[in-house]
Amino acid sequence: MRYNEKELQALSRQPAEMAAELGMRGPKKGSVVKRRLVKLVANFLFYFRTDEAEPIGALLLEHCRITREEPSGFSISFVEDIERKYRFECCSEEQCQEWISALRRASYEFMRRSLVFYRNEIQKMTGKDPLEQLGISEEARFQLSSLKA
Amino acid sequence: MKLNERSLAFYATCDAPADNTGFLYKKGGRHATYHRRWFVLRGNMLFYFEDPASREPVGVIILEGCTVELVEAAEEFAFAVRFAGARARTYVLAAESQAAMEGWVKALSRASFDYLRLVVRELEQQLAAMRAGACPPLPRRPRPLLPKENGCAVWSTELPAIPTATSASARPGPEPPPRPPRRRTSAPGEPLDRVSFARLHEWYGQEIRALRGQWLRGQAQP
Repeated sequence: MRYNEKELQALSRQPAEMAAELGMRGPKKGSVVKRRLVKLVANFLFYFRTDEAEPIGALLLEHCRITREEPSGFSISFVEDIERKYRFECCSEEQCQEWISALRRASYEFMRRSLVFYRNEIQKMTGKDPLEQLGISEEARFQLSSLKA
Repeated sequence: MKLNERSLAFYATCDAPADNTGFLYKKGGRHATYHRRWFVLRGNMLFYFEDPASREPVGVIILEGCTVELVEAAEEFAFAVRFAGARARTYVLAAESQAAMEGWVKALSRASFDYLRLVVRELEQQLAAMRAGACPPLPRRPRPLLPKENGCAVWSTELPAIPTATSASARPGPEPPPRPPRRRTSAPGEPLDRVSFARLHEWYGQEIRALRGQWLRGQAQP
């Protein structure tokens, strides 16, 4: 699949939601733990060799599952192959929880659900649609019907 | 750069409703020819297929950080998706009608994750302010949404799965404060945020007096 790699590289240089050096193991059997700089930007998780400016790779975080893995680590896998896991090792339980929380929120689909939820709550409380004032109440992507059944 | 392309393909073809779909002509790189492709916008990803029945996209334009503009081009109904940066590419696309072009420009210019997150934070703050105390009046003019630097985002609550619009299902996360009982529709004619405190006090007072009267009569009976 073709994609605009330059723009993805540019995105990896944007201010990150979370960034840290973590141990990382690829999904292939027998892969070893490597130290990587891991950076969360928008709905992408970039990973770099610790001394390099360009990422080795990126993971789009849509339809993914974040799982706590012993000890003080987590894994990311994707709906179409849930057992194929990218594993990460943190240096503390706290750091691990921070990353898990951040990653679970780092998808467009999660944000969309949040928006629909808050919009609905505010509408129930005030009788007004908060998106009207922002001029986006008719956007298809913000309707309840846009959520997966 | 490695990319989880299988996941990307899954996102492209999953059965959730897309944010916009349709045929567009895409100018192929350095060559002047336009190719007609089936485009699917989902989130901040613009996928393109040979045709609507294709199982896998030919490619994807990751839209984060782009701007969308109308362009002067030989093709009618043309618009461009531009990125910042020295060697950044500009994608020139052409729709098949004025209406389709306008629909695409609108859909694409608000497709970024960043923008969506901004809107969510705005609503989250509004809701938190409402729950914390008296309902502040909702702003009458749209507040300008300034692009913000991503500092360390502080999210106070983990968001539960979304209930449907009509159900009030149990939530696994932190409980919101209990809501006052539902008011009947005999409300002051104006929207609540514009009514003065005195009027609200008087109106609620009447209701309380009526309820108290009922209760006292109820008590009087054997």
